[in-house]
Amino acid sequence: MLKLHYNLEKISMGLVAAIIVAASIGGLVEIAPLFTLDETVELPGDLRPNTPLELAGREIYMREGCYACHSQMVRSLADELDRYGPYSLASESAYDHPMLWGSKRTGPDLARLGGKYSDDWHVAHLIDPRSVVPASIMPSYPWLTRPLDTALLPDALATLARLGVPYDKEMIAAAEADALAQSRPGTEAADGFQARYGARPAVQAFDGDPSRLTELDALIAYLQSLGTLTDAPYRALAEGAP
Amino acid sequence: MTAPHHREVDPVTGHDTTGHDWNGIRELNTPFPRLVIWALVLAFLYSVIAWVLLPAWPTGRDYTRGLLGLDQRAEAAEGFRALSGRRQDWLSRFGGADFAALTADKALMATAMPAAARLYADNCAACHGTRGQGGPGFPVLSDGTWLWSGDPDEIATTIRHGINADDPDTRYAEMPAFDWIERPDRIALSRFVADLPGGAADFETPAGGLFTENCATCHGDTGAGGLSVGAPSLTDTATLYGQDPETVMETLRHGRAGLMPAWSGRLSGAEINLLALYVTQLGQGSGGRP
Repeated sequence: MLKLHYNLEKISMGLVAAIIVAASIGGLVEIAPLFTLDETVELPGDLRPNTPLELAGREIYMREGCYACHSQMVRSLADELDRYGPYSLASESAYDHPMLWGSKRTGPDLARLGGKYSDDWHVAHLIDPRSVVPASIMPSYPWLTRPLDTALLPDALATLARLGVPYDKEMIAAAEADALAQSRPGTEAADGFQARYGARPAVQAFDGDPSRLTELDALIAYLQSLGTLTDAPYRALAEGAP
Repeated sequence: MTAPHHREVDPVTGHDTTGHDWNGIRELNTPFPRLVIWALVLAFLYSVIAWVLLPAWPTGRDYTRGLLGLDQRAEAAEGFRALSGRRQDWLSRFGGADFAALTADKALMATAMPAAARLYADNCAACHGTRGQGGPGFPVLSDGTWLWSGDPDEIATTIRHGINADDPDTRYAEMPAFDWIERPDRIALSRFVADLPGGAADFETPAGGLFTENCATCHGDTGAGGLSVGAPSLTDTATLYGQDPETVMETLRHGRAGLMPAWSGRLSGAEINLLALYVTQLGQGSGGRP
């Protein structure tokens, strides 16, 4: 066996062929299961895609590198269930491109954050984390009060639609208006938004000021949506092993 | 150049050389360390055993389950139930809301309060502070001032259903905006409100008239609150947002509707009752210790 390798090393083309064979085995083992992804990940019936405002917030979440310190995955360990809630399911992030599970926690996991704290708290906490959590080591993000740039949203929705996220033409066309509408409760535009996205996404002035659409609006809308896109994890845990 | 298969031993290391000579330079052919080879062989052996025992290979729509039949999700759920079960023998007693009897049971409280402190730290401390000290817009829990009541019953209701929350039984505490009042009048009114705690406010002034007309319905004729409509007393020193003229101006201009989330979906009934008792004791200044 070792002698075989010894001899192979001396025939360069043979060595190249052997390297290709070895590397492709590794590749196949990693890639082949992905072809059955459609069959193995079951989409929950109540899974909703992110709204344009939440999507803009998700971009800010990535831009500011939140994922470097916060995971979005409750692991299937008893202690995690005790602290955070039901463990995360793959199907929860079926519409996430890319997923933001993260692998390191300097701060707490955020997978079940939606609805846990008030918008006011998020505003205070993002602008100056120490004002509400004195021992926090999270950086301050005071610049999030600047206006939100929504120009890329229609393209973002169209791209995601091509990847299988259920945005229709109407949603893509109205993406910019819908981002604004979600932060303005009680307006006609908000009714149009709810006609497209249903009653489940929260319509509220996330940063406390309905007259301005800021990056805070987007990021808080996204944070408040975490873990609320489907009830599947709660059902899975209640039913025992899925 | 020497013959390619001529064995040649390096006198310094005692290892073979490759037998080649590149312009006087010879390369050692150090053998692969035994230890690493054995580690590799053992790792391969372990992986073969693991394939058989544990879930391993994908088979299209399914995967090989392994002889041990392990399922991490089922294990986590089981572990979680075991964990909750260990608490259940004392936590279940908080399912009923006879707070006086619960508080009287010293042994039970000694077990429960450290757990309550953990629950509080995980869920409440972010807004209300680690010792209930609150902050601007987030009520202080460690003083004797309560918008509804300091009774554990009422506190449990607030935790369960929240304030201005997305819950059919939530409490409402909404101050409307008074931006329609002319600015000079608003300035006078905010100075009047700022003077209320000190007792220097004069109800016979125009600002006092504005107060009686617009504010007294919720905050009471003298501004003492206590009407259980979510409007705080303006005559005591406790404030939620601040009672200096600038902050009152801000409040008059935009209104206030602070939100406390409803916790009934996140915490069990017993946990909510436990927290209610903990918060009651925070309010009595004992820092949650019985």
